[in-house]
Amino acid sequence: MIAALAFYMFAGLAIFAGLMVVVSRNPVHSVLFLILAFFNAAGLFVLLGAEFLAMILIIVYVGAVAVLFLFVVMMLDIDFSELRQGFQQYLPLGGLVGMIVLGELLLVLASGLGRPEMVRIPGSGAVRIAQDVENTAAMGQVLFTDYIYLFQAAGMILLVSMIGAIVLAHRTRPGVKKQIIADQVARTPAESIELIKVETGKGVKM
Amino acid sequence: MRQALPNLISVYPELLMAVGAMVLLLAGVIRKTPSIDRLSRLSVLLLLGTLLVLWLLFFRLEGRVVTFNGLFVMDAFGLFMKTLVLFGSIAAILISGPYLKEKQISNYEYPILIVLATLGMMMMISANDFMSLYLGLELQSLCLYVLAAINRDRQRSSEAGLKYFVLGALSSGLLLYGISLIYGFAGSTSFDALALAFADGAPTGVVVGIVFVVAGLAFKISAVPFHMWTPDVYEGAPTPVAAFFAAAPKVAAMALVLRVLFGSFPELDEVWRQIIVLLSVLSMTLGAFVAIVQTNIKRLMAYSSIGHIGYALIGVAAGTEMGVQGVLIYMAIYMTMTLGAFVCILNMRSRDGMSEQISDLAGLSERDPMMALALAILMFSLAGIPLLAGFFGKLYVFLAAVNAGLYTLAVFGVVTSVVAAYYYVRIVKIMYFDKPVVTFERPESKSLSMVLTITAAVNSPLSFILIGPLVQWAAVAAGALVP
Repeated sequence: MIAALAFYMFAGLAIFAGLMVVVSRNPVHSVLFLILAFFNAAGLFVLLGAEFLAMILIIVYVGAVAVLFLFVVMMLDIDFSELRQGFQQYLPLGGLVGMIVLGELLLVLASGLGRPEMVRIPGSGAVRIAQDVENTAAMGQVLFTDYIYLFQAAGMILLVSMIGAIVLAHRTRPGVKKQIIADQVARTPAESIELIKVETGKGVKM
Repeated sequence: MRQALPNLISVYPELLMAVGAMVLLLAGVIRKTPSIDRLSRLSVLLLLGTLLVLWLLFFRLEGRVVTFNGLFVMDAFGLFMKTLVLFGSIAAILISGPYLKEKQISNYEYPILIVLATLGMMMMISANDFMSLYLGLELQSLCLYVLAAINRDRQRSSEAGLKYFVLGALSSGLLLYGISLIYGFAGSTSFDALALAFADGAPTGVVVGIVFVVAGLAFKISAVPFHMWTPDVYEGAPTPVAAFFAAAPKVAAMALVLRVLFGSFPELDEVWRQIIVLLSVLSMTLGAFVAIVQTNIKRLMAYSSIGHIGYALIGVAAGTEMGVQGVLIYMAIYMTMTLGAFVCILNMRSRDGMSEQISDLAGLSERDPMMALALAILMFSLAGIPLLAGFFGKLYVFLAAVNAGLYTLAVFGVVTSVVAAYYYVRIVKIMYFDKPVVTFERPESKSLSMVLTITAAVNSPLSFILIGPLVQWAAVAAGALVP
């Protein structure tokens, strides 16, 4: 009973927040509603017994991604009304495509409703894990054994994204004056003092 | 009972590349002024070493080896495609040097990104599960986005990178959505399990999933109507990067299409054939007609590559072992043709800088007869004139289509290749019969001339010698994919 109530609360709030992300005029409000949507989704995960995913959602998405979003939205001076200008123009066509896809998906849903056990795979590749293991521990059991290949591949992707960010954004600016203490200490009078004889009425060039 | 270690032998080439790329990256970071030339040479060596390991390994392995809990597969098909991809990447690094110097692009990450993209492609080719497929695809795509924008001070290059990124993200979204639908109905993402599950028909949901997956993959091979990014990205990206885009990633994405369709849905060929036929017809038509009005040779090559993907898809649509064999032959030949043509574009350097206008090729036969001859051979080969390699590529896919009963598609292919021949032959006409306006000063580079000579030679009537072994090898590879 309480679980059902909690489900409807989380689900309802998630849908409401998702809608507000799209509808609200102020982009900062949009991001804040996005964070609310993430929290509700995390609540739904907890109800499903997937506490690891719930925590990841909060730590990664709310803690890092959404906050970063918020900073970017606040820092950048984007005229959002300008971004929306083409909206009216593309609405009919976009709406039509959206409706067609929605109709197709409803058809799929309708065709699947009567037969819940659609396909039975003999010896399916899914990993079997003992019932009494919590899902955080279960994930740990397979992540570095059965799915080590995917884990390493994901590592390579992160490496590439890091290289990409550095290649595209890092600049070495010439002519920037920085204090390098080692250089200052290593200075000797011989190389920093120069005696010049000044001729009368002419001055010197430095 | 779980094994302590998965069978690592079959992933030695990938391991070597991953570790090698990281070592090269470290070398670049540690040196204060890393030289892009030296890193390029080392990258080429690394790729050659990988090729060697791949071949040595294959003589040790027997048949099809599945490892890493069914995520990774190594077979004759993978060997064929990986060899092509490695050659494509090696050529791409070799031809980049002079251009990078001219445009003062000094990011030493350039060759390393190509190596990492190649790693992604090899992972794609060996994918035996939708999860490993997706990760390989993303590894490759991320490298390609950065490479497209590597000339970041030029607006066109940044625009190309951004456009490629946004559309690539969209296509990944489509692909993932399709995968999730298929997973929802089958309960597994493994290709082997899916083939078993859908051995006798599939529910509507899976069909919708397949449509989404094919749409996502069609973005990567730039088949119409998912081609919009291609001309802009090819034009905006630095020329050697465009050459790389047109060669290796196309081959890898095509391998992915074959793996997914023949590996996981072999019994649903009636379902996916319709989509592939539509993609093929649209690509051939657009490639043939829109290329006619192009004045920029890089855009022309983009439309040409769209058209060629259409021809290769004829073989996929056939749905038979012979069709797959045709696709493999086609991709191998397509890669040599397109790389050669891009080397010629890289050679189009006049006193005012790099030129990309087709009209600037006028009178090339007087100014630079060797390059004109090579480009003429490549253009005739691209058009599919008999005696040249391009003809054999088309021959085998058309033959497969006819044997599979797809007469209309084959006839359509012949008609559009006649239309496409117009713009290829027009370039030859401009080179040989028009008055010269610009004098090109070819960049001094042995590797450029070497790649051009090799590609022109294998496309010339010499291809008669090479086509026999290629056909046999492709037959073995196709036999490994289609049981």
